[in-house]
Amino acid sequence: MPELSALQLLLTGVIAMVVLSAVFGAILGFAAIRFKVEGNPLVEQIDALLPQTQCGQCGHPGCRPYAQAIVDEGEAINHCPPGGQATINALANLLDIPAPELDEEHGEEAELKTVAYIREAECIGCTKCIVACPVDAILGAAKLMHTVIADECTGCDLCVEPCPVDCIDMLPVPKSLSDWHWDTPDQAVSTRRNTQLIATDREPDVAA
Amino acid sequence: MNKTWDIPGGIHPPENKLQSLKQGIAEVPLPDILILPLNQHIGAPAMPVVKPGDTVLKGQLVAEPNGFVSAAVHAPSSGAIEAIEDRAIPHPSAMDASCIVIRTDGEDRWVDLHPNRDYRALTIRQLLNLVRDAGITGMGGAGFPSAVKLQPRQSIGTLIINATECEPYITADDGLIRERADEIVIGIDILAQILGNPQQILIGIENNKPEAYTALVNACESAAKNGAITSSIEVVSFATKYPSGGEKQLIQILTGQEVPSGKLPAELGIVCHNIGTVYAVFRAVYLGEPLISRITTVTGNSCTKPGNYEVLLGTPTNHLLGTAGFDEVLCQRLIMGGPMMGYTLNDLNAPVIKSTNCLLAADIVESPAGNPAQACIRCGHCSEVCPASLLPQQLYWYAKARDYDQLANHHLADCIECGACSYVCPSEIPLVQYYRAAKGEIRLIEQEVIVSDRARQRFEYHQERLTKAEQDRTAKREARREEARKKAAELAKNNSESSSADESDVNVDSEVIQAALARVSATKNSPEQELKRLERAVTAAENRLAKAEEKLRQCPDDDSRKKVLEAAVAQTRLRHDDAVNKLSRFKIADIASEQTQSANASAKLADDPTDKDQLASDRASLAIKNAQLKAARQADMSELEKLQNQHDSLQKRVEKARNRLEQAISDNDDNIDAYRVAVEKLDIKLNNSETAIANFVPDDRTSDTLHIEDSEQHN
Repeated sequence: MPELSALQLLLTGVIAMVVLSAVFGAILGFAAIRFKVEGNPLVEQIDALLPQTQCGQCGHPGCRPYAQAIVDEGEAINHCPPGGQATINALANLLDIPAPELDEEHGEEAELKTVAYIREAECIGCTKCIVACPVDAILGAAKLMHTVIADECTGCDLCVEPCPVDCIDMLPVPKSLSDWHWDTPDQAVSTRRNTQLIATDREPDVAA
Repeated sequence: MNKTWDIPGGIHPPENKLQSLKQGIAEVPLPDILILPLNQHIGAPAMPVVKPGDTVLKGQLVAEPNGFVSAAVHAPSSGAIEAIEDRAIPHPSAMDASCIVIRTDGEDRWVDLHPNRDYRALTIRQLLNLVRDAGITGMGGAGFPSAVKLQPRQSIGTLIINATECEPYITADDGLIRERADEIVIGIDILAQILGNPQQILIGIENNKPEAYTALVNACESAAKNGAITSSIEVVSFATKYPSGGEKQLIQILTGQEVPSGKLPAELGIVCHNIGTVYAVFRAVYLGEPLISRITTVTGNSCTKPGNYEVLLGTPTNHLLGTAGFDEVLCQRLIMGGPMMGYTLNDLNAPVIKSTNCLLAADIVESPAGNPAQACIRCGHCSEVCPASLLPQQLYWYAKARDYDQLANHHLADCIECGACSYVCPSEIPLVQYYRAAKGEIRLIEQEVIVSDRARQRFEYHQERLTKAEQDRTAKREARREEARKKAAELAKNNSESSSADESDVNVDSEVIQAALARVSATKNSPEQELKRLERAVTAAENRLAKAEEKLRQCPDDDSRKKVLEAAVAQTRLRHDDAVNKLSRFKIADIASEQTQSANASAKLADDPTDKDQLASDRASLAIKNAQLKAARQADMSELEKLQNQHDSLQKRVEKARNRLEQAISDNDDNIDAYRVAVEKLDIKLNNSETAIANFVPDDRTSDTLHIEDSEQHN
């Protein structure tokens, strides 16, 4: 077996590396074209976390534009009052940044979910609310009474302002059995003091 | 003896079953009212088919199922519908829900029943309909409509009857089996027929119910002997352990198979029914009676007559408890269901429903006030007893932190909420309540995701629609513009063909346009810009003039174009002069206005001789300058023109008004006064404008005076 000179060894190595890089480069290049992702997937992910009320309180015309602005313009993630702290936390988790408090400038987090309700006797059929509704949840025609499809209403508030006769109310969604669930024990016993103390440390008035 | 398997975990709480087994199944006197919640089951609430005031007979349909997963409701006794309204229902939320309230008439009259003693002659579909129409739901506690569970998509190899009844205190199934084993066996035969006669039929029963076991074995043997049933039923007894009565747990005990997470037993070819359900099926098919009553255990130290009672559905709990000798003072906590999985019932008006298997009226010994929860010490007892092999303490931390992702990773959904972990917890942490709350929140979040997905979709459609409308509009606009452009081009073409194709003509045209544009921009320009523009115009005019003259010089004398060129040169010269004029006028006006300002500011420097010397070269300009000084600061030539135009139109209007007035006077019109007022007003206006013009240009005074005289003549 002929001895390989140092040069031959070097050459073999170099050629091997070149061939390998060419092969992998070709595979990667093919993959980049074949599996190209359309659009920015991050926008989709952020959009999926937003509450989709389309209320525009963040200063963008809808949830998706806000998601786009977060990605493209580095907009702050705490501009969404309907989503509240839960959404901010989820966004912070996704983007791997510390979660800020909700920016009160854009509104406060609502305690109750609301839904628009048109006092139909007062409606004059101007269609202004229909134009304002971002999710087409208002039904009606010119000079005919309008009504809200309550199941589709996101409670965004945008129809209240344009109404010339002020016949739209935002009513809280009534609690029903179907969306009732058990409270966590913390909330259930919050009135009882010292729940986290060991039993022997309890104050007399609590034990009594 | 069938082989049985063991389940992981499990506990052995005190059974406390003997108290309620001292007597047989007892009757409950007919209550005055029956309250029938429309939603006694899992699924959509039933739809009432009666209205207040209707009289109903025992067993009559009062509410029909609304959808596939729903169950009918029947009148448990005869009487009149008192109301359909929200009443307290047995539910941990303590909320009210829609109920049909029947005031009983005491006659207890049945509707016509259609028994099917020869149920084997019926088809599977007919049997299923009988079960469905009878409103039967799972009697073990969950209350899932049984007819739905009886039509699985998979073929069923094993039917399991759950007679385990593993929860302490509850003996409803035990009591039922002891007294009605023969009926139950027929019910099993019916179920087997509906499920296509599975190879294996197993009754699972804990070994703490020997009487019930014996009764079932005897019933099966005698039924098989006298040919009452065709299927072979095995009764399997196994060691008592809580919670072996859970569906998945029982399947594991009897078959050794574990139901995979998130799957149904039917996917393993197994269907499991509670023994109380089997009895209800027997009554529905064999006797033709809908589900209107059930066996309920009433027990606890606060009851003097604990036992199993056959209760009409809708019986208020206080009526039932009264029958059982309930002492409200002794009662520490009234629990609906068993001590492990039941919930506190606060309203004694809430009725007994299809899934009420037990009412536990516990005194202070049985249900001592719980100690406050202490910190988790990670002892691990909970994970040792978990029948689903979960890690309860991990779930506890994640539930507390509301980390729903981690809860899902730790299979919270597989928790059967049996309460074994809470039972053994040395820190007395209400673990199950954490899991129930977390499950509820996860369910709500999932619903919200569905709702928000729909909102997103609707928003996107909305946006799409708006964009499309906008595009349509733009397209239309574009089309119109294109058409206009075409028309203009055609017109231009026609024009150029009709008139002689003249270069200078075109030039003139373009210059006219330029001049118009300049005028427009001039109105917006500041004096400095205006000055510059005018200067530029003068230079440009000079250049043009020079060029035109050059052209004319170069042009041979005999050329036909010479005349045209000469005309062009003359025109350009005119324009040049005009530009120069304009420039000088502007300069004068500018200086004049400056002077006015300075005059206003200090002394009357208007007639400063130096200024006069500077401007004396142009006499007309001087006159204008004087006018400027006399008139308002901003006044200029165009202002004057405006005033004159205004004056002319006013004059016309005055004449018109006068004619109208004369006409009115001759016709003796009603509106004479109105016309007169109008004429007077117009006159005042006319006078004002005349004074303005008079002050403006003293040189034109003569013509103005004429106008005034004119109007005076009219007056």
